[in-house]
Amino acid sequence: MAPEIQDPIIRVRDITVQFGATRVLDGLNLDVKRGEILGFVGPSGAGKSVLTRTIIGLVSKVAGRIEVFGVDLDSSNSSQRRGVERRWGVLFQQGALFSSLTVRQNIQFPMREYLKVSQRLMDEITMAKLAMVGLKPEVAERFPSELSGGMIKRVALARALALDPELVFLDEPTSGLDPIGAGDFDELVRTLQRTLGLTVFMVTHDLDSLYTACDRIAVLGNGKIIAAGSIADMQASQHPWLRQYFHGKRARAVMS
Amino acid sequence: MNGDPKLEQIAKGNALALCATGAWTASFAPALERMVADAEKLAGSRPNIFIDVSEVSKLDTFGAWLIERLRRSLTQGAAEAQIAGLSANYSSLVDEVRRVKATPVIETGAITITGMLEQIGRGVAGLTGTVTDLVDMLGAVLAASGRVLIRPRSFRLTSTVHHLEQVCWRAVPIIVLITFLIGCIIAQQGIFHFRRFGADIFVVDMLGVLVLREIGVLLVAIMIAGRSGSAYTAELGSMKMREEIDALRTMGFDPIEVLVLPRMLALVLALPILAFLGAMAALYGGGLVAWLYGGVDPEAFLLRLRDAISIDHFIVGIVKAPVMAAVIGIVACVEGLAVQGSAESLGQHTTSSVVKGIFFVIVMDGVFAIFFASIGM
Repeated sequence: MAPEIQDPIIRVRDITVQFGATRVLDGLNLDVKRGEILGFVGPSGAGKSVLTRTIIGLVSKVAGRIEVFGVDLDSSNSSQRRGVERRWGVLFQQGALFSSLTVRQNIQFPMREYLKVSQRLMDEITMAKLAMVGLKPEVAERFPSELSGGMIKRVALARALALDPELVFLDEPTSGLDPIGAGDFDELVRTLQRTLGLTVFMVTHDLDSLYTACDRIAVLGNGKIIAAGSIADMQASQHPWLRQYFHGKRARAVMS
Repeated sequence: MNGDPKLEQIAKGNALALCATGAWTASFAPALERMVADAEKLAGSRPNIFIDVSEVSKLDTFGAWLIERLRRSLTQGAAEAQIAGLSANYSSLVDEVRRVKATPVIETGAITITGMLEQIGRGVAGLTGTVTDLVDMLGAVLAASGRVLIRPRSFRLTSTVHHLEQVCWRAVPIIVLITFLIGCIIAQQGIFHFRRFGADIFVVDMLGVLVLREIGVLLVAIMIAGRSGSAYTAELGSMKMREEIDALRTMGFDPIEVLVLPRMLALVLALPILAFLGAMAALYGGGLVAWLYGGVDPEAFLLRLRDAISIDHFIVGIVKAPVMAAVIGIVACVEGLAVQGSAESLGQHTTSSVVKGIFFVIVMDGVFAIFFASIGM
């Protein structure tokens, strides 16, 4: 699935988000193309998670338009919205697994809600999803409180992928993972993107992820997208924050 | 292109081709499962069976897995079934599901009579555990108070004042309102029934004794168990869930001293005050009803009240308050610290905090009643 010139899967136009007097996003525009992995970076507190949550519809905006799969989420009715929600998956920063359900029940939760499939098929698909995110079948009967941080992220990804979505939002998927685990995770996202033809919207701080996993990078600053393009474009940029980010000590270590 | 999925059988001499067409996706899963189940019966019917997927327009994990399931059950026969015509787009997905091992799913046990009996048994056996936990916490709180007495600087005044505000000051309106209404109701019922004997005025005796000895403190204690006991359990429980209590411990703080003691102290100080306010509000409400409904004017009410009650009645009531507060606080903190990782566990422990708190308050009230009766108060 090569990224082609076509209608973007997410189209964000002039959105403004305000919390009290602080303007977090200020007339922001962003397109995400079908089949790409978009890495979304920016300083801490710049509003990366806010943008993600705004697109998903968890944060209300003051102005602007958001279209996902060509559906304007503000003017859509509830059945259209459900249709869109069935086609995306979200991985929250802390995993947000349902703590009173087992891993298996967590992954089956969206299937139960949206699909009419037999228990046998659900169990088998759950095992397939667990294997895809690199977890052993024994994990299925555990509760989220019995999992390690990395396992929680993987289970949360498996749940986000439960319905075979076309689009996944990953909010800092590799934060809190060891470098090897983070590298595996990037590899995993890449593989899944290839096999399932996913579009991935990934908020990240991890330079390694940007280099290894992302097709395109967008940078958020002062409530706007200050740059978007390939990793080479980012390195060539003269913007002070970008220069610091991509030419700092850590960046050089990653590139060498 | 997203036509309904089909699985056609095409015989070619010795071989049988199963041609999958259309969209093999999650939305068609029930139909797909039925088709695959039908096709699985063909296992072993021909020496050579292959699954042709070249006409599949759309494939996701569900479809890929069902094709894989079909391939596996056909393979159990004579020869291995092959998947043919796989496009490059989908080959990695099919490879991915091929690596999935079929694992039997652990069945959750059905509800049986023995299982239910076992649960009752465990519940009864757990009762002694409840009592030891409470005694344990009482000891820990007393030990922490001892340490604070030796080193008064380690006492958390700010925290105590904060909890005092939450538990006492903010509870005043609701406590006063409810006890006022209860006072009204007692007086109204008393007058209604006593009037038949022409004993209207005795309603003042009943109101005074009942409110000061029992209702005032018991009602307030039950309300505080519901209002503040549950809050304590939920606070400590969510702190436990997010490892905040472990963090305190690793920093060298004693959670009992930092979290439990200020809460307990606030409750022990608050309940006598609230019980007093509650009793006054109930008497006021009763007096008001006696005047407006029973025609007992305030002066007569007060005169009668002075004769009917003594300081003993007041002491009997108010002495119980701090003890009940301690019981509520200990139950709430024990339950809060027993919360496990899940939201469900938090709910269970908050429920049992309130239930046990109210239960122990009533038990304590009974014990006090026997005690005061035997010393003649």
